[in-house]
Amino acid sequence: MTATPAPAPRTAAPLPSPIKIALARAAVETKVLFRERDAVVFTFALPIVFLVLFASIFSGVAEGTGVTVAQLYTAGLIGSGVMGTGFQNLGIGIAGDREDGTLKRLAGLPMPRPAYFIGKIISVLVMTVLQVAILLAIAVLFYGLELPSEVSAWATFAWVFVLGVSAAAVLGIAVSSLPRSGKSAAAVISLPFVVLQFVSGVFIPITELPDWLVNAASIFPLKWMCQGFRSVFLGDAGAALELTGSYELGRVALVLAAWLIGGLVLCVTTFRWKGRRDG
Amino acid sequence: MILPGWILGGMKHAIRVRGLKKRYGEVQAVAGLDLDVAHGEVFAVLGPNGAGKSTTVEILEGYRERDEGEVTVLGRDPARPTREWRSRIGIVLQTADDRAELTVRETLRHFATCYANPRDPDELMEQVGLADSAGKRIRQLSGGQRRRVDVALGVIGRPELLFLDEPTTGFDPEARRQFWDLIAGLARDGTTIVLTTHYLEEAEALADRVAVVARGRVVAEGDPATLGGRGTAKARVAWSEGEIETDTPTAAVLELSRRYDGEIPGLTVTRPTLEDVYLRLIEAGEPLADGAPQTVGSAS
Repeated sequence: MTATPAPAPRTAAPLPSPIKIALARAAVETKVLFRERDAVVFTFALPIVFLVLFASIFSGVAEGTGVTVAQLYTAGLIGSGVMGTGFQNLGIGIAGDREDGTLKRLAGLPMPRPAYFIGKIISVLVMTVLQVAILLAIAVLFYGLELPSEVSAWATFAWVFVLGVSAAAVLGIAVSSLPRSGKSAAAVISLPFVVLQFVSGVFIPITELPDWLVNAASIFPLKWMCQGFRSVFLGDAGAALELTGSYELGRVALVLAAWLIGGLVLCVTTFRWKGRRDG
Repeated sequence: MILPGWILGGMKHAIRVRGLKKRYGEVQAVAGLDLDVAHGEVFAVLGPNGAGKSTTVEILEGYRERDEGEVTVLGRDPARPTREWRSRIGIVLQTADDRAELTVRETLRHFATCYANPRDPDELMEQVGLADSAGKRIRQLSGGQRRRVDVALGVIGRPELLFLDEPTTGFDPEARRQFWDLIAGLARDGTTIVLTTHYLEEAEALADRVAVVARGRVVAEGDPATLGGRGTAKARVAWSEGEIETDTPTAAVLELSRRYDGEIPGLTVTRPTLEDVYLRLIEAGEPLADGAPQTVGSAS
């Protein structure tokens, strides 16, 4: 362990490009995510378990529309899955990175700081794409879900998905600074997520909620994400089940984009690279 | 690289600190600290817990903002770090227990992607004694192996300046010796090293110069062999029936030998250890001039 090579003479060699580092971060984050095997299994299993439960408890077709329970819950559970990986898992994960010194170590590297966030968001995208693919496969195979055939529906799916994952991820990054420690993160971050699922049309159709709850839920992104996904999987026939009789896709885009921008601002202004006990 | 004179002037020292102050609420953690570290030097910062060592080092590393004072590290103010500046500095944090699912090799390769001219990860693993653990996940490593990873990550970018914050806490004696060899090797290659430690023998083995920090100030600074008047202090000659302090221990031993007609029972001849000097310094808390004559405490 003695013969260390002499440091090369300092040249003006340029630092690696930020894009290269961001992609390296994405590769590492994704690898780490999939190596935590129990977390992967449960993340993938959660929406499937809910789908099985709801499809067993409720059955049949919504009156006059031909919309099945499987359609309704598939759309809602995709929204909840996006929020789960983007907001909940990411928020808790980053709080853990802060607690155990991962963030502090990264902050000491000649790494452009946005590279860390981009790496996290890409890894969440990969994870969520797989989660949704498995959910859709189960819904099609066992619950007779018919996937839309029009290109326009899939285009809608794509933008709602990307916008939804991005907004959820930046909010997850922002919320990670809230818990006082890594240990309390799961409790702090799970409460708003669970409540949102109840009021945003994931578990309970939004038409069955009192007005004030609907109004409150309409502030948050999950309600709009689910609405966007319903437009994809329920089709025109299901629009009658919406409160306004329409999927309001323009408004979906607007609200999700607003949360994305607001979340980015929060990340930039409030993100902490060190734990609270670390000053 | 040809540099204009004004830059070279500012680069005479790797680190220059004047009147550094930092307060946390009611606690004045750093209270007017001065420090100079020359290029290529191994500099140890000693001091009790809460003396301001880690705060000072974290300010130098660019992790913490200071309240007052002038600080220059490799020609820059660390409060305004750039990527280029960070790439010239290596940091080994005091506590790093990230439970990564990556292997040692993957981690080193990943960190290497951030630097312009990194060391070869495989060679580096060989040098720090991690070659056999290359494929192990960081999570599965022992404490000593973890620390080797920390050091490897600290030096992978070929830093000009390496910070080591209590690097060998929790090591067994053998691991500590191996670690010292590693650091000595880096120093021979010209890396400037700033080390904080609780272990005085570590400072003595590695450092060209030490600074003792107490209550947020440097109370003594110099060569560990002569710190606080250690080099010129009286020797203590002790035997089973008494002890004396003297400038001429050889004469005293000869005299005793005559008295006992040969072997002196229980003979020891000692000079104050770095620990004796250190304990006195942090108790006194007053700045002392290096090399000032000192009397040695009679009890030990």
